[in-house]
This record gives sequence, C-alpha cells and structure tokens, in this order.
Amino acid sequence: MAFRAALRRALGLAPFLVVLLVLTACAHEYPQSTLNPKSDFTRMIDGVFMQTVYWATGVFVLVEGALLWAVIKFRGKPDDPEPAQTHGNTKLEILWTIIPALLLAMISVPTVRAIFKTYEEPSGPDIVRVNVTGHQWWWEFHYPQYGVTSANELHVPVGKTVFLEMNAFDVLHSFWMPQLGAKRDVFPNRITTLWFRADSAGFYPGQCAEFCGTQHGKMAFHVAAESQADFEAYMKGLQATGVVAAAGDSARAKADSSSRAGTTTASLAAQSATTPDTMAGKKLFASKGCIGCHSLNAVKFSKGLIGPNLSDVGSRHYIAAGTLPNTDENLAHWIQHPWSVKHGVLMPELGLTQADARTLAAYLRTHTGK
Amino acid sequence: MATTVIDHAPARAHAAKTGIWSWITTVDHKRIGILYGATAFGFFLMGGIEALLLRIQLGRPDNTFLSPETYNQLFTMHGTTMIFLAVMPLSAMFFNFFIPLLIGARDVAFPRLNAFSYWVFLLGGLFLNSGFLFGAAPNDGWFGYANLTSNQYSPGLNVDFWMIGLQILGIASLAAGVNFFVTVINLRAPGMKLMRMPVFVWMSFITQVLILLAFPVITVALILVMFDRFFGTHFYIPSAGGDPLLWQHLFWIFGHPEVYILILPSFGIVSEILPVFSRKPLFGYAAMVFSGIFIAFLSFGVWSHHMFATGMGPIADTAFSLTTMLIAIPTGVKIFNWIGTMWGGSIQAKTPMYFCVGFIAMFIIGGLSGVMHASPPADLQQTDTYFVVAHFHYVLFGGSIFALTGGAYYWWPKMFGRMLSEKLGKVHFWLMLIGFNLTFFPMHFVGLLGMPRRVYTYPAGLGFDIYNQIETAGAFFLLVAFLVFLWNIYVTWRKPADAPADPWNGATLEWAIPSPPPEFNFAEIPTVRSRDPLWETKRQHGGRLPEPARVSGAGIHMPNPSFWPVLAAAGVTAVFVSLMLLPKLGPAGVVVAVLFLFFSVFKWAFEPA
Repeated sequence: MAFRAALRRALGLAPFLVVLLVLTACAHEYPQSTLNPKSDFTRMIDGVFMQTVYWATGVFVLVEGALLWAVIKFRGKPDDPEPAQTHGNTKLEILWTIIPALLLAMISVPTVRAIFKTYEEPSGPDIVRVNVTGHQWWWEFHYPQYGVTSANELHVPVGKTVFLEMNAFDVLHSFWMPQLGAKRDVFPNRITTLWFRADSAGFYPGQCAEFCGTQHGKMAFHVAAESQADFEAYMKGLQATGVVAAAGDSARAKADSSSRAGTTTASLAAQSATTPDTMAGKKLFASKGCIGCHSLNAVKFSKGLIGPNLSDVGSRHYIAAGTLPNTDENLAHWIQHPWSVKHGVLMPELGLTQADARTLAAYLRTHTGK
Repeated sequence: MATTVIDHAPARAHAAKTGIWSWITTVDHKRIGILYGATAFGFFLMGGIEALLLRIQLGRPDNTFLSPETYNQLFTMHGTTMIFLAVMPLSAMFFNFFIPLLIGARDVAFPRLNAFSYWVFLLGGLFLNSGFLFGAAPNDGWFGYANLTSNQYSPGLNVDFWMIGLQILGIASLAAGVNFFVTVINLRAPGMKLMRMPVFVWMSFITQVLILLAFPVITVALILVMFDRFFGTHFYIPSAGGDPLLWQHLFWIFGHPEVYILILPSFGIVSEILPVFSRKPLFGYAAMVFSGIFIAFLSFGVWSHHMFATGMGPIADTAFSLTTMLIAIPTGVKIFNWIGTMWGGSIQAKTPMYFCVGFIAMFIIGGLSGVMHASPPADLQQTDTYFVVAHFHYVLFGGSIFALTGGAYYWWPKMFGRMLSEKLGKVHFWLMLIGFNLTFFPMHFVGLLGMPRRVYTYPAGLGFDIYNQIETAGAFFLLVAFLVFLWNIYVTWRKPADAPADPWNGATLEWAIPSPPPEFNFAEIPTVRSRDPLWETKRQHGGRLPEPARVSGAGIHMPNPSFWPVLAAAGVTAVFVSLMLLPKLGPAGVVVAVLFLFFSVFKWAFEPA
C-alpha cells in the first residue's frame, strides 16, 4: 500500500519539475532568476543547463519508475517460496554502464564548447570595460575608458559587450549577476574576468555569492542596462562630478576645515550647493568624518577608498549595497544608524542626531552624478 | 599488572562489566561502537536543532530572529557537526560494531587504539562546540575559506575553535582508519577471501583508504592556518604574498574524498539490507565492489569542481568537468545493480527496506543534480546557491542519513537484543521522506531563482518567500520524524531483550551469534565458504542454523580494559588547547600538556593487554 503511495508521489514529481520550470520563467516575479537569461552569456549557459535538465528528467522517470515497479511487482510474503537466486547478468551490467557513458558524452560536448566560450576575452574597439572590486560589503565599479568610479550600481549599455576585470579589496567575494553574466569569484591577489552583452534594457539585481563575513547576506548590487545614449549621459554626469567636487577633495587633503571651498566652483550642481541646507550638509560631511571614507568625486580619489564613492548616490535606486530603497527616510536612517540596518558594517555609528542625519541625507541627495 | 586470562562464560562476562567505569575503560569494539553511536546521535540532534534555527530565521524575508553573527555561527556549526560529528561517527558506529562481526573476528586489530579514537572524537567534538559557551563558535563556514580566516578578518577565538577542533577530530579519524584497515586485512575468518567479503566491509575498507589518504591533506592545510594565525606566517595571506586559493585546493583535495567517506559506508549498508529483504543475493557483486573502488579512485581527481567559479581556465575546467561526469558511471552501476537485486526477488516490506528504497529514490535525485553542476558553465550559475544546498542534502541526507537510519533499524536487534517497533518505524520513515522532500526539494527552485547560500536573510520581492516557507515547514516534519524515532527507541528500551539471533533471515555471520553478541563474539571462529555464508549453511540444514557446537567463551583471551587510551586522548586534546592558550599560559602550558601525553602513551605502551 505504502509503496503505491510512493509511486504516485514520485510520478508526480516529473510534471511538477516541468510546471515549475515554466513558472519560474516569469521575469517580474523572480528578478534574480537564472532561468530568465538577458544576455548572450547567460543564454548560452541556460542552453547547456536545460539540455542536462531534459536528459536528467528522462533518466529520473525511467530509473525511479524501474525502482518503484520492482518494489510493487516483486512484493513478497514471508512464506512465499525462495525466489530464483540470480547473482548478476554481465550483458545487462555492460549495457547499463555504456548507456550512461553515452549520455554523458552527449552532455559533455556542448559543455566543453561552452567552457571555452566563457573564457574568451572579447576584443575590438566597441568593448565597454569595467573594473569591479569587491569590498566588505559593497561593490566598486571603475570605468577605465571614462576615468570614473561609482559603487553598487553598475551601468552598462545594451547591445555592447561588457568586459569585467575583477578583484577584491579584502577577502574573497563572488560577483553574481544571475540574468546577465552568471558569477565569478574575486580575489585580493588576482584578476578574474567575465563578459556579457545585455540584450534588453532593465534593472537587474545581483549579489555576492561567496561567504565573506558578517554581512555577506547584504552585499547586493544592481545592474542598469540602458541605451547607449543614457549610458553616455551617465558617464558624462560622473565625469562632471570631478569638476564639482575638486574643491571638496582639496578640502579633504586639509582634513578638517572645508566648508568654504566647494562654493567657489561654478558647475552643474553649483546652484544646489549654495542653498543654506546643503551648505550645512557639506559642513557635516566634513566635520563628522564622512569624508574620511567617502568621496563625492567620481574622477579623483576614485580607487582604494574604504567606503563607496558617493558621487551619484542621490540618484541611485538603492543604498547600503542594494539593501534599502533610496528614499530620504532610509538614507537618513542609514546614516544615523548603519548598524541597525547592517550589523557589523564598517561604517561606524557616529552618534549623529536625527536632524544632522536628515541634513546629510538632503546634501547627498543633491549628488546625482549630473 | 599481569596478563590475566579471565573465564569468559557469557553470563559472567556480562554481569561483571557494568557501570560507568566499565564503559570508560572498555576496549570492546561493540561497546565502543555503541559509544560512537550514542555520541554521534547526540551531535546529530544538535546539528538538527541548529538547522531548525536556521530554517526559522529563513522562514520569512528580512527576519530578525537571529542576528547575522549568530546565523553565521549556526550554519558553520551545522555543517561541521553533521559532517565530522554526526555522519562520519555514525558510520564509525557501524564499522566498530559490525566489521569484526561480519568478518568473523573477536575484536578489531588494535582494541585500545579503538578506544583512543573514540575518546579523541568525543573530546574533539566537545571542544569544537565549546565555542558556543564563549559566544565564539566557528563562524567562517565548515569550508573556512582563506583569507577570511586570517587574524585580520577573523579576530577572536571562533576560527581557533574550528581549526583546532578539526585537527583533534582528524587524529581520531586517522587512528580509526589505520585500525579498520589492518582489521579487514588481517582478521578475516578462514575462507573469507577478499571477494567473499560482505559489500559493507568492502565499502568500509575503501572508506578507510580514503580517510588515510585525505585526512593528512586537511591536517597540513589546517596546520598552515594555525601557523598563519598563531605564529604570523603568510601561507594564505595575499597582502604578504600568500595565496588564498592554495587553501581551496588543499581543502577540496580532502573535501571531495570526504564526500565519499560520508557516502560509501551507506552504499555498503544498503548493499547488505537489500539482498536480505529481497531474499536474493546482491546483483553483480564484483561490479559493486569495483565500482566502489573506481569511485574512490576518481574522488581524488575531481576536487576542482568545487572551484569552477574561481576561473581556473578552460583546460582545468574541462578536465575536472569530465572526471566529475565520469563518477556518474560507477554510481549509476550501483543504482542499477540495487534495482537488479530487488528485481525478481520476494521483497519483505520491513522498515529497514523502506529506508533503503527511500535511499535509492532520493540518491538518484542527488546524483542527477550533481551531473547538472558537473558542467562548469551551468555551475557558474549554480555554485554557492541553494541549488547546491539541495543537491548535497539529497546526497548526504537522502543518501547517508536514510541508509544509516535503515542500518539502525536493521542491526538494532543485534546491538541491543531488542527489535525496534515496525509500526513506529514506518511512521518515522514516511514523516522523514515527506519532511525531507518538503525541506530540500524547493531549494532546487529557490537556488535557480537566484538565492545564494550562507545568507542570513533575503529581501522580499525576489520571489523566494513561498519556497522558504515550505522548506521551514518541512524542517518541522523532520523534527517530528526524529521525535518518533526517539520515542521508538524509548519504547523499545522498556521491552524485554528477547530478539532472536537471526530475526531477518540474514546472510552474514553476525546473525549466527546471539543478540546481543557475547563479548568474544564467536565461541568458535567460523569458516567461510561463500559470499552469503549463513544462507548457505541454512540451506544445507533445512532452512535453519544448526545448534552451535560450542557456546562457552571459556579460555578465550579478550583484551583487558584500560584507561590509558582515555588519558592519551585527553593528552592530545590538552596539547591543542595549550597551543590555543599560548598567549595566556605561555610555552609552559604546552610543555605540561606534551609531557602528560607522553606519559599516557608510555604507560599505555607498557601495559599488558
């Protein structure tokens, strides 16, 4: 009786598998799904994977079926006569050695082809290069062709091959973009690479996939795949922050007083920077020590800082490495109490008042990378 | 102390050896087996409770039931406990109790070393868990990837508890490995050629070879961590020219054979149970033995499939991918031969058989998902996600734990002289099968949908919620399943010890002697003439075993109890603890501990057995 129930359960599994695979293809419900590839790279991986899924489903049905058939068909009673005492069957055993070998050979051909493709280094003038650096617990993106740096939100143009050269600042991490580029581990002492060409615009979540300490669970990021024009505009905006914040950086060198310098630079953000609120925010940014770890300049001091570059933080969709939606309230909360959002994070609790935090948030809001 | 030959009449032997002291000083392989089993089952329940806490935390998005610090300690200890303190020593329970019985021996080759192994294992396990008492349990994963384990990124004692605990446990495993290797080679009953050994003994033997070859690697790797942390070397520290990737290679050269150390004994158990309850010999004995050897051999050539995402280059990826796929072939042969064993048999639906069929059914799923990430491109998506978590739980829980539980039901009467309740056993089975699949099957999906491993929480909106809820509910099914098992043990414990010598119509030697066996096992060492010696004997005697010519153990010399193995085990632990306390106690502590260890071993060596 019980074995029959087992049969029903197991036979139920195969359609279950198919149905759920179809279900999981829905993009909007599963934005981080590996089953919904959005680039040539992940499409290739998906092809290899789905091929093994089909074979595996076939093998699953046949072998589990044979097992359950045997259990039901050869069910005996204690006083039944002793069954025939067979010890094996060489022909059968050779057969069920060769068939799996052939199946594996068939899977291995596309696999090996795909392996070599994943390691191809793209070339040509059209490649967009990005240097990715993993930090505890956020991601830094440096665009060497544009000389700018940002954090936690990677921008790429649709339809162009992006080549990532990656390393880590501290410990091992793994850069995982499920829909665009799969994952590659990053190390402090070597460069690893990934490439992909996004084929549709979108805002794709990703996160660290190698355990890297306390807040590994909240080390996410997003990839904004956008039109070439939008991408170029974003790059120009980041480059402009170099002009705006140059004064701020010179103040950084002086380390303590800074509040007068920024206002002298005429720039895109000059108007906002002159309002009394942002003046106060600018003051706090220096006096509370934010400036020790964070830069508001995407061009200078762009590498090797302890905290994420904030040159476009005002327009990012998320803060705290993909953890909180970038609302004014969340931003102020994060500035005031980072440990209540990410316990153990390197950003210290500075003992800011709520008013200070709001002022700082308002100031950062003006830094939109434009 | 002079060598004494005691009169070993069964009744007197049992009456004379009760009390805690008799258990502490025992060198009897059966008692040590029971100690291993009880300890490992205790650790198994602990690891299970840790898992349950993890599941509660993941039951809903952005949960704050556990802090990230606690979560990281719990998932590290869950993995470490289940591998080193539960599944390995549960297998060791069967090695201890049944290898000598199955090969017709009176004990293992080195009974006092056997006791030493157990006590080192117990102390190592307690040491590893003692981190909880200081709020500093290991927290960098059971795999402890460098350079996160360096002083800079893991200050505090957490990693020290882990690396020292594992080194202590490694000594227990190596000592036991030597012991069982020699036992199988040297102590087989007359006529038991290698190709007549029960498959459980074969698989256990292969496991010892794997232990002897794999554990030295992890020991060396851990000593390098220890030097980095205690003495300022830079083996794994990139800022000083070391290489964290070196750790991964060393760890997985141990780690992949370790997977087979965990599963091969289970293959053996299933290969014993299936024929008995199919009333038919194992199908393709030679193929079963050689596929086991082949799997073990290949297991040393596949380690880098744990590292496809590190970017080793296309040649290395291809090589390790193909060797990994190759392992599917001997594994498939085993599965087909098990089905072949049942095919045409007269299957008796007893609890051990339920667990074995469950084992095969679940192991097939684990094997198939294993082939999926044997493909490096696919693994670039799957590695470090819940898909992999699903895969190895199908292999280690659906595989090892199902088989070990089946083995417990099968051999319980031989170990304790009492039959576990069939009714409760079947309830246990169905709850475990349903709970297991509820807990782990959705992990395939949630992994493919993008949920990474080892995250203490996840946000809403990624579609992970419902799958995680089902998994958490399943974990509670598993809790109930094991409560039923505990209840079954309790109920059985209260029954009279009246199990017959051969309740299942067994084929192997252990069923010829009383349940539980006398201390000397076999009054007369049997002579073996076939692979299923008991079936052959019963067939020749009209379906029953002939009355034994001799039942008294008079004149049989059994090794004397000794407490030096316990003290030596304490000495080993003390040496490692003194290393950890070096900053506090200074070298004096190490000197005292080493002298104590030396003294214990010295006394042990000159104590007459």
